[in-house]
Amino acid sequence: MTDYILHLADNALVLGHRNSEWTGHGPILEQDIALSNIALDLIGQSRNLYQYASELIGDGATEDSLAYLRAPEEYRNNLLVEQLNGHWGKTILRQFLFSAYQYPLYELLSEHPDNKLSAIARKSIKEVTYHLRWSSEWVIRLAQGTSLSNGKMKDALNELWPFTNDMLLHSETSIKEKWQNRVDNIFKMAGLVIPKDVEMTTGGREGKHTGHLYKMLEEMQCLQRTYPGMDW
Amino acid sequence: LIVIVSVSEGSATATIMTEKQTILSLLYAVPDPEVPVLTVNDLGIIRDINIISPGKSVEITITPTYSGCPAMDTISMNIKMMLLKNGYRDVIITRVLSPAWTTDWMTESGKDKLKAYGIAPPGKTMQVNADVLFAEPAKVKCPQCNSLNTTLVSEFGSTACKALYKCRDCDEPFDYFKCH
Repeated sequence: MTDYILHLADNALVLGHRNSEWTGHGPILEQDIALSNIALDLIGQSRNLYQYASELIGDGATEDSLAYLRAPEEYRNNLLVEQLNGHWGKTILRQFLFSAYQYPLYELLSEHPDNKLSAIARKSIKEVTYHLRWSSEWVIRLAQGTSLSNGKMKDALNELWPFTNDMLLHSETSIKEKWQNRVDNIFKMAGLVIPKDVEMTTGGREGKHTGHLYKMLEEMQCLQRTYPGMDW
Repeated sequence: LIVIVSVSEGSATATIMTEKQTILSLLYAVPDPEVPVLTVNDLGIIRDINIISPGKSVEITITPTYSGCPAMDTISMNIKMMLLKNGYRDVIITRVLSPAWTTDWMTESGKDKLKAYGIAPPGKTMQVNADVLFAEPAKVKCPQCNSLNTTLVSEFGSTACKALYKCRDCDEPFDYFKCH
């Protein structure tokens, strides 16, 4: 159970952190703010999950020790969320592929017998609804935009698709189906085609990450590791 | 806020009720750090007041607006400071997530204050649907000129709880405290 909560928390934190790298660099102010808001929601969700995990772990664990003092191999996030931002379209597509998974997952967890977990899921799903709609619309807009934006979305899809199985591997069948249906629907409207015969990379849940997570955590954790216990 | 009285009957109940009212009136004076025209009570985030020891020890239960609302830590501290200043020795702030906060809990006077401040108040909550794309945005009245001829600029505004609109009649951009 603790390992699962950490997995949920790590997904939210890593994607939230990645999105926050856009703050101040977005293509236009409104969308920069939108992605920063999504980053804030995800990091907030991760805090709720880490706080709960730290209660379960005990032994002095805190939300901060879990985020700042675990090694990359101890992180249980999926490979998709740690991938580099790339261009704006790739960031949007990564968000869509993740939100399309997080939405049915939190729907299911809202009914979980564990009261604390279901409360976090119910709280979060209201936010995820916005993320999913926003990213769905932008995937369509960009893929249907100019030949340049369309080409960029196709490239992004080729780059990200190999990491999608890692996310679905351990999921309930109902979630896989809902994810697949949504992806099919949105891609149909966007005119995107799922790449064929792709070699999938997995291992996020077992702590086998791509090099990108190491670099990200090195930067994110450096202050706590250099000055342990440092506070604002 | 519906204050649930946990103590049994008689005069003890009445005393506790009065003390809860007093605490509530103190909380009326604790502003939200991001939208200072609203108090924490206007926002509807105070979920319970539990007197542990009359005049000395109290537990305040609050709920966050959004998971990542950065104001929650400041709000907790401000509530604590207010009660400590008013003679309490022990103030416990408990956070609950369930039931999830909704703008339906915002007070009517809070909505009036928002409008006067230049932020369009939330309407009645509508279920945000992830399946309806490119939907017509909610009709929001301009807080400056009351025109309904307004347009959504972005569903994500300067804080998690706001969207950005623009009035087509008076040309004024404005924040809309979105339904949630």
